[in-house]
Amino acid sequence: MSTRLFGQRILRTEDPRLLRGEALFIDDFVPPGTLHVAIVRSMHAHAAQLRVDVGAARTLPGVTAVYTADDLGSLMKPGPVLVPPPPIPGSTFNARTQTPLAKGKLRFVGEPIAVIVASSRYVAEDAAELVVVDAEPLPAVVDLEAALAPNAPLVHEDLPSNLAAHVAQRRGDYAKAREAAAYVIRRRFRYDRGAAAAIENRGVIANWDARTNELTVWDTTQAPIPVRNALASSLGLSESQVRVIAPYIGGGFGPKIMFYPEELLIPWIAMQLGRPIKWIEDRSENFVGTTQEREQIHDAEIAVDKDGRILGVRDSFLHDTGAYDPYGLTIPINAQCTLLGPYEVPAYESEFTVVFTNKTIVTPVRGAGRQHGVFVMERLLDFAARELGMSPVEIRRRNYIPPNAFPYNYEILYQDMAPLTYDSGNYEPALEQAVKLVEYDRFIQDQPKLRTEGRHLGIGIVSYVEGTGIGPYEGARVRVDPNGSVTLATGVGTQGQGHFTSFAQIVADQLGLSQTDVRVVTGDTRDMHWGTGTFASRGAVVAGSACHAAAVRVREKIVRLASELFEASPDDIVLDGGRAYVRGSPSRAISLGELAQKANPLRGAVRPGTEPGLEATSYFGPERGSTANGVHAIVVEVDPETTNVGILRYVVAHDCGNVINPLIVEGQIHGGVALGIGNAFYEKLSYDNNGQLTSASFMDYLLPTALEVPPIETVHIETPSPLNPLGMKGVGEAGAIPVAAAFAQAVENALARPGFEILEIPLSPSRLHELLNAGTESQAR
Amino acid sequence: MPKIQVTVNGKSYERSVEPRLLLSDFLRHELGLTGTHVGCEHGVCGACTVLLDADAVRSCLMFAVQADGQELTTVEGLADADGELHPIQAAFREAHGLQCGFCTPGILMTLVPFLREHPQPNEDDIRHALSGNLCRCTGYHNIVAAARLAAEKLTSGNTA
Repeated sequence: MSTRLFGQRILRTEDPRLLRGEALFIDDFVPPGTLHVAIVRSMHAHAAQLRVDVGAARTLPGVTAVYTADDLGSLMKPGPVLVPPPPIPGSTFNARTQTPLAKGKLRFVGEPIAVIVASSRYVAEDAAELVVVDAEPLPAVVDLEAALAPNAPLVHEDLPSNLAAHVAQRRGDYAKAREAAAYVIRRRFRYDRGAAAAIENRGVIANWDARTNELTVWDTTQAPIPVRNALASSLGLSESQVRVIAPYIGGGFGPKIMFYPEELLIPWIAMQLGRPIKWIEDRSENFVGTTQEREQIHDAEIAVDKDGRILGVRDSFLHDTGAYDPYGLTIPINAQCTLLGPYEVPAYESEFTVVFTNKTIVTPVRGAGRQHGVFVMERLLDFAARELGMSPVEIRRRNYIPPNAFPYNYEILYQDMAPLTYDSGNYEPALEQAVKLVEYDRFIQDQPKLRTEGRHLGIGIVSYVEGTGIGPYEGARVRVDPNGSVTLATGVGTQGQGHFTSFAQIVADQLGLSQTDVRVVTGDTRDMHWGTGTFASRGAVVAGSACHAAAVRVREKIVRLASELFEASPDDIVLDGGRAYVRGSPSRAISLGELAQKANPLRGAVRPGTEPGLEATSYFGPERGSTANGVHAIVVEVDPETTNVGILRYVVAHDCGNVINPLIVEGQIHGGVALGIGNAFYEKLSYDNNGQLTSASFMDYLLPTALEVPPIETVHIETPSPLNPLGMKGVGEAGAIPVAAAFAQAVENALARPGFEILEIPLSPSRLHELLNAGTESQAR
Repeated sequence: MPKIQVTVNGKSYERSVEPRLLLSDFLRHELGLTGTHVGCEHGVCGACTVLLDADAVRSCLMFAVQADGQELTTVEGLADADGELHPIQAAFREAHGLQCGFCTPGILMTLVPFLREHPQPNEDDIRHALSGNLCRCTGYHNIVAAARLAAEKLTSGNTA
């Protein structure tokens, strides 16, 4: 048997094509006869009596069609609630979803109003400028607290208030915990909006073939199968008439999971006009028309005993869902559950209120609410440690769930509708490794000397857990072709995670092949009918486990057939290098291709109870998610004059169970940390009081560059998950989750100003300057 | 419509174009060279970087007519005709310097002139050179490593 590929640093098989510029992304397709689309979007955050005059646009040469809400007929229905909220007793959820185009009322800047179809995008945009949009502006609902005030303007006038949802969950008796506490620390925390900002914008191309009655849609989606299902249902087609292909995708990070109006409108128009239709989002549209995340305000408190042990936590928070709530309660429930972290929290009382505002819709962005929970908990622990005169490292160590306490059930419901239960974990090694690698003790020793030299260096160290790899399921089909090649198809979309390689590793291990012998097809609904998509750090765990299961079954078929041919025991059949042979007789081997031909005879009979071919389709659905964890440590230097912050070191000790490919996992961590750094200090979606986004370009919304993101040092710890055969846990979002908490702790540590606390994210040099000066003023008083 | 002549990856093209056609759209949609990607159309992300007479430029900030009579190189012009990767491309693969691969062509085209002018760059030089290219997947860690490896490959290739 060849060396096991699982766990090896294997170079990616998809890279040569990407590096040569040959990989096809959405905007690289132009079916013959394609017409191009531009979309007219709302410039108002909130307005009524919408009137749209498209007369001039329709007559511009080169324009084929213009559509407004009045032209859509039965398509003008609210979209689906993509993720129904978990059945938490006593909770409220007011579902409000978008119609494909706005009618009567405008609810956020960027909301689609009209669609122009023309011979080129240039002409379509000319025509878009000729569309006259008239509406009566209304006061915009922007601030979360003001949104809930009694006389606030209503985003949805059919509701009594802007309340979208309310959920309360509890464990134990917090009031009692509070009474027993030596210290109770209470603070208000704000976490503001950021963008996913994938470098590739969204896009949809659709073609209706009237001869075969089939619709083909190319879509930058992380979830091609749900998009296929939604299209079939909305357009009155059977699922087998609709093929959705997610081609190479230039980054997803969450917002490409949605079912956007454009994903319905472009296929519908293709059917209306009988021509291929193409829409490619531009960056300005992306800033307002693609979903965003992160705005929450938490009022939280922690009760600790004199030894720093957590007795309980209480949290009440507001969550901004924007103008609609198509993604249910995933984000606030993630925030609520992830706050608990790797700690034993005997009493927990948490409630949240979801608020409609006149801003872009909020759906998951890498981390999906987990950041907020981690920020609140880690900050509370920092302040508790300070009260107790304890080091931030020690207070965390004292509160970790011990390794013998797993599975650990928190008794509240998680986003996957299962009780929040950690499958496995061993938290202290990550802390010790991070402390060692970042040289924590030496830093604390050297810090006073650096201060006397006028250098303000600070260190931060925080923990997190991430619920990953949730259900419901994914599928995989593995087939050996008569030419000996192996094809693997899964239903998930891929956006750079290396699925072409890591899934191939899993399959190749079973079949005795090299990963380059396995052709991986992802994100084409023709090749895999069933599945859900890439989200919640679940690709490797759930789809990877399905790949494994299918490969195991194909292996069994190969072995059985070979054992019959060789008249040998199945236990003695060896698969290696694309051949099968009896152990000890490699010279008398048969290739997998020949076996595939024998398994699909043209004459003779396929015996009852067997199937033709060397093929298997398997599904994997975990009973619940697996819980990854880690510790991040950061060293920063703050310039007290400019309040700029430089990151000198960044250390990640993480545990995502058994690692398929360390090269890919480290890459995922690096990217997550960079996004976290952006969210902590550079990126902010700033809305003014009128609901206008004032940072709607890369000139104003600052993504970190190679100068801002430091080298990232990683250590892997592997605590296998018992919930899947390969012991994997997810890692896609982990890197982004604890960065803000670590950053805040380190900046406070660097400045060492009594009373100066960081209670909000994102910061920026100017915001930090304001906060520092505010602190000085209050001290002076 | 004005007629222009450009040489791209060694091949000459003559086309009539609208004066307002962006160079990026010309390369992608008129010539079918879709390896050059477009991320922001306002000159910040760097995904559309190509070589204009050997210098790195943002093709979304130029009109096609401005390239009339000039020589361009796009990512498709890096690998050998038989598909063998250019040393910079090979280094990106070996160092896992790409994930989704969307920003990658622009980064490769930024590094071609940079490594020609700075054959032995230090990490700081590399990070400054890359600061006009946004990547959302990699955190730049492995891009910097790949650029270093590329410099080594190019230097040893030159002395061999």
